[in-house]
Amino acid sequence: MKKLLLSTALLATTAMPGFAQDYTPDPNAQDGGMITVTYKDDVATLDPAIGYDWQNWSMIKSLFDGLMDYVPGTTELRPGLAERYEISEDGTVFTFTLRGGVTFHNGREMTADDVKFSLDRVTNPETQSPGAGFFASIAGYDGMATGETDTLTGVEVVDPKTVKITLSRPDATFLHVMALNFASIVPEEAVAEHGTDFGKHPVGTGAFKLGDWTIGQRLVFEKNADYWRDGVPYLDGVTFEVGQEPIVALLRLQQGEVDVPGDGIPPAKFQEVMGDPAQAARVVEGGQLHTGYITLNVGIAPLDQLPVREAINMAINKERITQIINGRAVPATQPLPPSMPGYTEDYAGYAFEVETAKANLEEAGLGDGFSTELYVMNTDPNPRIAQAIQQDLKAIGIDVEIRSLAQANVIEAGGAGEAPMIWSGGMAWIADFPDPSNFYGPILGCAGAGEGGWNWSKFCDESIDALAIEADSMTDPGAPERLEMWSEVYTKVMEQAPWVPVFNEQRYTMKSERMGGDDALYVDPVSIPVNYDYVYVTE
Amino acid sequence: MAGYLFRRLIQTALILLGVSFITFVLLYVLPADPVRQIAGRSATAQTVENIRAQLGLDQPMLVQYGRYLGGLVQGDMGRSYLQKTEVATLIAARLPASLLLMAGGIACELLIGLSFGVIAAVYRGRLLDQGLMVTSFVAVSAPQFVIGLLLLYVFAVQLGWFPIGGYGTFAHLVLPAVTLGIMGSGWYSRMMRSSMVEVLRQDYIRTARAKGLGRARVLIRHAIPNAILPIIAMIGIDIGIFMGGMVVVESVFGWPGIGQLAWQAIQRVDIPIIMGVTMVSATAIVLGNLIADLITPLIDPRIKLR
Repeated sequence: MKKLLLSTALLATTAMPGFAQDYTPDPNAQDGGMITVTYKDDVATLDPAIGYDWQNWSMIKSLFDGLMDYVPGTTELRPGLAERYEISEDGTVFTFTLRGGVTFHNGREMTADDVKFSLDRVTNPETQSPGAGFFASIAGYDGMATGETDTLTGVEVVDPKTVKITLSRPDATFLHVMALNFASIVPEEAVAEHGTDFGKHPVGTGAFKLGDWTIGQRLVFEKNADYWRDGVPYLDGVTFEVGQEPIVALLRLQQGEVDVPGDGIPPAKFQEVMGDPAQAARVVEGGQLHTGYITLNVGIAPLDQLPVREAINMAINKERITQIINGRAVPATQPLPPSMPGYTEDYAGYAFEVETAKANLEEAGLGDGFSTELYVMNTDPNPRIAQAIQQDLKAIGIDVEIRSLAQANVIEAGGAGEAPMIWSGGMAWIADFPDPSNFYGPILGCAGAGEGGWNWSKFCDESIDALAIEADSMTDPGAPERLEMWSEVYTKVMEQAPWVPVFNEQRYTMKSERMGGDDALYVDPVSIPVNYDYVYVTE
Repeated sequence: MAGYLFRRLIQTALILLGVSFITFVLLYVLPADPVRQIAGRSATAQTVENIRAQLGLDQPMLVQYGRYLGGLVQGDMGRSYLQKTEVATLIAARLPASLLLMAGGIACELLIGLSFGVIAAVYRGRLLDQGLMVTSFVAVSAPQFVIGLLLLYVFAVQLGWFPIGGYGTFAHLVLPAVTLGIMGSGWYSRMMRSSMVEVLRQDYIRTARAKGLGRARVLIRHAIPNAILPIIAMIGIDIGIFMGGMVVVESVFGWPGIGQLAWQAIQRVDIPIIMGVTMVSATAIVLGNLIADLITPLIDPRIKLR
């Protein structure tokens, strides 16, 4: 946690002129070896414009690169395929100078034209990229979104090594956006060859290339011997086996057949693993940029009354809910997780005070309580958490009916504004990039409050929106004034209590005995869940 | 016979048409929007509408169904919304594994179920009979997830006789097939037992015994072939039950079948995959029943197909 905060401070001082502090190579690292990683869900695609799942996020990171990147195991930006960049005085023009001698897996050298092609492709509606919206600040994005143009006017190839990107407004998060998987550089000829099947035949510049893919069974990544970063990757390759229950993956890990269970330690086995010193020693814990919350729909009576929303905030026993998940979380006070820049350290949130909560309901004329509904995703442990919430609210006279549904149905009800309350578990917000703005726009801002949006509270306060826009119009993402403004945004949000922030989940995973490398690589906050490029085997 | 087959095939086509329509309607009225799943959480209303139009999901339901059916009769099951790959490719990659597991499961359930049933009938009323029947009752009731994990833990992890999940060799098939077989065997042992008890009372059995035939010969030549008839029809129905049970077994054993594909598609409202798997499964069930009906007269010449 401390390390992350420190790195943010570093980011603030170094990101502007051009060079983030780079990674120090691990002196103990050894070359060679294959590892086996398992996932429960199949890999839908390895197309960086499309992939947005737990299992394919870090796979795509290892196959592709973007202009920007992060120092492994941290949230600190560093240049990727761009050797350096310059930002204009007003923060709207970014000039990237590309590295020389970078080749795609097909052997061709990467140039500025590929950058242009890749950004045009991800923002083209035909591509159906779930990440297209991240590029909205690039000039010409609106024309792309409406289909009027087929190229981003704001992206200009100056020469084969230089790309100039003009924004329609200053965007403090732009360098983070350029580090997202969606901003990966892809070669036009490979996309043209495979069309919509590019996701099954990925070609990038990354540390690994796709060797073999047996659909529904396994994917084999092979080391890219020509990788442009010196010394990495250490591994000769990674075998991903899909369709494996986490509990079976753990058994196989114990037998030495698996090196990393990609889905972590199954909740049912958590205490058993932690109780065995030999196994507990190989457990890796890490924070993640995640908050679990209850949305309170401000458009549905009586949740439209602030005292009622405050009462619900005060009635929830967050400590007990973290116990339900074996203490694998810390109680939350605000929307941002503690490791996110802009987190308000001295904000205590709503205390757990049942009597005050009751008094609040009295004040709202609801001393006799009322009935409402709580929507929840139907996979463990979410229904159990919903029951705890139900009991807590019962104590202040609120009768809660639990609607336990499949994820897609909960999302639909939330988007339509039909759900009075939703427990976010299983669908919760894990940040796309380590910046406070990422927790606002779609889930608390007016933009997401419309029909179908992800702002399930339907909370929309234009003065807070204005503050958020102002904060993001600054050029330096780590500027103290900017983080101060974001802190104010979330404090103001909490004054109106559209959410009950419940907990920030910690991530627990395991590795086999032979795995080496910094623990942070196994709970990488950006290359989720594992940074395959920098881990190694010790035998 | 040819006329019968022709009528049955027409029937089959009509059933599949009905299945496709009902599934399509159910998915259409489902309160979950596939476009939201594609567009992601940061998408604007504009993006969502773009995608909806591209996929033709802004059209009336009957138009959408017509288009789907039009593709289907030409062998085009469309492309997955989220994977972007052709559904036919995804199913083709997984179907062999599913069929293999199903065959293994049926073999196991028949082996376990029929032998239990025959033994129980022969020793009916005695302790062995009661023991076997209680066992089969437990087998029917126990969740597959539990049986699967138990077998995996004992025979793969502890004893090391079989691999811990996966796909590829005969050894990989044994535990998942036995898990599936245990579930089905309960029904078969009860069916077989009552069918055998019935047959053993018949005059021709007494005649056979009176001719001086040995007990084993009477059972194998006369009793079992007659008792097995009602069981064959069940196998056809079983294929449908297996399609459901396979989702669980595939996931415990990491078996790359279409059950897992369907399960993930349902979570994400990937309609082309859900439709594709449903149609393939329905075809398997209908064909399974047809084959069961065609086999019956081969075993019992008294039955004629008209």
